Amino acid sequence: MARRTAPEINAGSMADIAFLLLIFFLVTTTIEKDRGLVRSLPPDQPTDVEPPIIKEKNLFVVIVGKDGDLFVEDELMEIKDLKEAAIGFLDNGGYPQGQEGHCDYCQGERNPSSSDNPDKAIVTVKNHRESNFEDYILVQNELVAAYNFLRDRESQRLYGWKYTEIKSAIDEGLYTGDEDKAKEKLSVIKKMYPLKLSEIDPNS
Amino acid sequence: MSKFKKKKGGELPAISTASLPDIVFMLLFFFMVATVLRKNDVKVDQGLPSSDQTEKLIKDRSVYIFAGKPGAGYTDLGTEGKIQIGDKFVNIDEVQPAILEEREKLRDELKDRVMVAFKVDKETNSGLIYDVKQELREANLLKVIYVTTQAEDVVQ
Repeated sequence: MARRTAPEINAGSMADIAFLLLIFFLVTTTIEKDRGLVRSLPPDQPTDVEPPIIKEKNLFVVIVGKDGDLFVEDELMEIKDLKEAAIGFLDNGGYPQGQEGHCDYCQGERNPSSSDNPDKAIVTVKNHRESNFEDYILVQNELVAAYNFLRDRESQRLYGWKYTEIKSAIDEGLYTGDEDKAKEKLSVIKKMYPLKLSEIDPNS
Repeated sequence: MSKFKKKKGGELPAISTASLPDIVFMLLFFFMVATVLRKNDVKVDQGLPSSDQTEKLIKDRSVYIFAGKPGAGYTDLGTEGKIQIGDKFVNIDEVQPAILEEREKLRDELKDRVMVAFKVDKETNSGLIYDVKQELREANLLKVIYVTTQAEDVVQ
């Protein structure tokens, strides 16, 4: 019996098959990268603890109405002015020179009837129950922008780089250099303008 | 002398395409590995709001909460904002057990550093989100992130 050699399989169409699969996966792949606003909620307080007394002037009250109207310190305001107003409040530094807690890096108006120093200044937001989540985010975004502006300014002055840029570089693992040192500097800046955002119960 | 003489004339040799499948396969494997077939079937509308001060979400320690009005196919549930955790709708009083159950799916060492990611439709009432946050405070899950789309400048 004559032995037949097995005919060679033509592999030329292998590439076509692979391409087909490749295109399928290319189309279905969504490399998800979610971004957003990070926030820490205040811990749950037992009801019998006295809330600390906060002076009226250290509070920056933002109220969002049902239709997205914005009231800042009882005055109607446009969303584009909110950042400036918040910066003015946080950066005020009302304590006079010599008094404990005097803010020597603040560049604000030093109005004694506004916030004492950035550590005492508290921004508080009250959203009407039926206001849109979009308005909620918009307000939060502007307030974070105000904090970031001040932090950027101080880090630029002290270290020559921008707080937000270095922070996002570290978060994404792109920072070249001594990361621990940079983190230490970040926390120094953070302490100068601590993020104090609170929310009022919309039912009250 | 003629040893180093160049071959005369001669057409260009055909480029071998034998390694083409290998290259394609390599790409194929990359995309196969990178593909995430959606784990969560989102049943609510997800028109995310936009903001410009965003930070990156760390995926391996996040638990998602979706909220919005019921999406296509669930319109019989009305148009009120609904909360979805995992792949089911939950009421406000079921948020705590549901979120703790979701947390169990994370890696052990990350369970203490869990971050709750809110994916909320922009037309949802903010009161609903406030209620969910109160529940999270009671469950002592204090790190939250509101997932938004990245915009250059949201306030003109």
